Amino acid sequence: MGAEQFDQTYPKFEPRIVVFCCNWCSYAGADLAGVSRYQYPPGVRIVRVMCSGRVEPVFIFDAFKNGADGVIVAGCHPGECHYVSGNLNAERRVENTRKALEYLGLGAERLRLEWISASEGMKFAEVMREFTEEIKELGPSPVKSRVDVKNPKS
Amino acid sequence: MEKEKEGEERIGVFVCRCGVNIGGVVDCDEVARYAATLPGVVCVSVNKFTCSDSGQADIQEHIHKYNLNRVVVAACTPKTHEPTFRVCCEEAGVNQYLLEFVNIRDQCSWMHIWNHEGATKKAKDLVRMGVYRAKLLEPLEESEVAVDRNALVIGAGVAGMQAAMDLGDMGFHVYLVEKEPSIGGRMARFDKVFPTNDCSICILGPKMVEVARNENIEIMSYAEVVEVEGFVGNFEITIEHKPRYVDIDKCTGCAQCAGKCPVEVPYDFNEGFGIRGAAYVPFPQAVPLRAVIDLENCLRSEGKECKACIKACERGAIDFSQEKKYSKVKAGVIIVAPGFVTYDPEPRNDYGYGLYDNVITTMEFERLLNAAGPTEGHVIRASDCKEPMRLGFINCVGSRDIKTNVHCSGGVCCMFNMKNAILLKEKRPEISCYLFYMDIRAPFRGYEEFYNRAREIGIRFVRGRPSEVIEKANGNLVIRAEDTLKGVVRNIEVDLVVLGTGIVPHSDIEKISKMLKIPRAADGLFMEAHPKLGPVDTVLGGVFVAGGASGPKDIPFAVAQGSGAASRAARLLVTGKTKIEGITAASDESCIGCGLCVDACPYGALTLDEKENRVMVVGAICKGCGTCAATCPVGAMEQRHFKNVQVEAQVKNLFALA
Repeated sequence: MGAEQFDQTYPKFEPRIVVFCCNWCSYAGADLAGVSRYQYPPGVRIVRVMCSGRVEPVFIFDAFKNGADGVIVAGCHPGECHYVSGNLNAERRVENTRKALEYLGLGAERLRLEWISASEGMKFAEVMREFTEEIKELGPSPVKSRVDVKNPKS
Repeated sequence: MEKEKEGEERIGVFVCRCGVNIGGVVDCDEVARYAATLPGVVCVSVNKFTCSDSGQADIQEHIHKYNLNRVVVAACTPKTHEPTFRVCCEEAGVNQYLLEFVNIRDQCSWMHIWNHEGATKKAKDLVRMGVYRAKLLEPLEESEVAVDRNALVIGAGVAGMQAAMDLGDMGFHVYLVEKEPSIGGRMARFDKVFPTNDCSICILGPKMVEVARNENIEIMSYAEVVEVEGFVGNFEITIEHKPRYVDIDKCTGCAQCAGKCPVEVPYDFNEGFGIRGAAYVPFPQAVPLRAVIDLENCLRSEGKECKACIKACERGAIDFSQEKKYSKVKAGVIIVAPGFVTYDPEPRNDYGYGLYDNVITTMEFERLLNAAGPTEGHVIRASDCKEPMRLGFINCVGSRDIKTNVHCSGGVCCMFNMKNAILLKEKRPEISCYLFYMDIRAPFRGYEEFYNRAREIGIRFVRGRPSEVIEKANGNLVIRAEDTLKGVVRNIEVDLVVLGTGIVPHSDIEKISKMLKIPRAADGLFMEAHPKLGPVDTVLGGVFVAGGASGPKDIPFAVAQGSGAASRAARLLVTGKTKIEGITAASDESCIGCGLCVDACPYGALTLDEKENRVMVVGAICKGCGTCAATCPVGAMEQRHFKNVQVEAQVKNLFALA
């Protein structure tokens, strides 16, 4: 994708995406995307944790409270978790949190679980582009508008 | 001397331009100006290369000058550079865990090359997240553990053997575990090896004997590692010993049993050509030179009372009462060298392989060429047992192909197939050889000369991937290919087709990768810690890789990696101690003793103290994943360095609300 095309694809509303990456697979995958220069929109922010199993629902809610339009929890593929089974804990927790988000009216589709290995730089960038597109369709997070109202600067 | 003062965080922010890698996209000065406005930041500095000597000196000067107790480095990735800056901080008296690393290269400037404004904005956000997290960081201490002075080497191919020998010579005890009944691996099957064409087993055989003679090496052949527990310096390994049904102390490897065995099994060592008995000696140079009975094919598995081998064995070594055994060993380091396999063209019937008698793989051809092979070195074809006079060698079967495997076999296959063509042509110059290739990759010393020699002795190189091979009624084959240099389609009739099959991972790699948690790269082979600077390290402490299991390699490369892995491993064995990360779990008195975290811990590092009604963490076992912290319903369990408040500090500062 050339610079111009990239700009055309991502104008105006730039979704804010938070990705909780495990240190061993997904964070390394994000690094590989960088080394390989696979581009994705700059609205993506990565928070590093040692294992996807560390991600608590409260982190996810906090991300939405602080302006995120979408959240991804990314870990190692099942069976490849650096910590044996942390990623499976993450899977259960994300599933439950998605239900909670649906109940709260944010919509389950704003939270995603992804398995991205250290060698999947291309996949990392693809997921970021695709998810950004999806969130663009959904529009800004309803929570965010409230936060923005509180903050007169925005 | 720790410069930790209660309630007063003095943060220094160091922004790296990384030449133009960051500086070319992100406005680093703008980021630094912004960082200076953040609470707790007392100084900022922009460097061209923060990781350079002068860059690190700059950090240390600032630490002393401003009495810093927190350091934020905004540069590349912590995966490669965090250790560098941790040492830099420690040297200047700041605890290494008070360093916060912000990734503004791999995850910012390189990601948004065309969006300078967006990248700069993002870099500012990332630095703000880092600063707020840094404020809440706490000093931690690494713990030191003793390293067991034994080593485990998985796989006794040429790489594994080299690693075992090097460590054995240094005086460390080595458990060398090999799945097959003999050590030697792939190299034992080759006839000659490029580019010198010296006899493979003639140079490998003495090495195998040397390994067996080395008093520090304990060969465990016909055995597999089934479980690994523990951590760097203290691995506990369970090894499964398959029953040989032969008493290894009594057997002399005379092969009398093999001669009398009434069963005929395709001979695996000869790539399925020729036959062996159910009782057999793997190959004449096997180490250990002992017979083995493959019970699956033995008449006894069908309930018949055959005693042919028992009668044949003068020393009474046959023992059908043997059973699968398990043993446990301890080791401080593990070197993983399980090797590779070549692509199997049978399922897809590539170029008629498996359908046409006269299409074989280059590994099979290798055995035909070998004087110790099924035909004693005479190349014949299967359909009529005649000697083929025209041969077609096809490169890149199962490699560089989007239908099967896109990865290149790194020049090994080019050289391999070319070598076989040369060997044949040298034996019988009147035979015509065609070699179909896409690109010839002959990268190392002597390889280009080898390619030149192939052309000089009359091997005809045709540039183009054949579209198909058609069998004629007489068993001859027509190779259809576009000669891309001439721009014409050619139909070349040959008597035998040899497929240069690519290097692919075998099933053991997946098994070992799951057992040890070694990540695998896109080609399915092991991933090294760093493709340039850590080629034999893995991301796991105390675990190293060598040989074809971490990418296609020729023999000198595999041997070099074996030695490399041995020397990397020896660092731990020599010092006898290693440091373990301070990132572990910790519980506090608010624990209600519900035990949810005990069940969630994958390592059994948590125990519920019934008396105190509180969960305790066993530090040496805890690996610091933090799953327990996320499971705790009351927030009593914390993961050091990734405490709730520390992660939340980042989350709260994700986006500038402007």
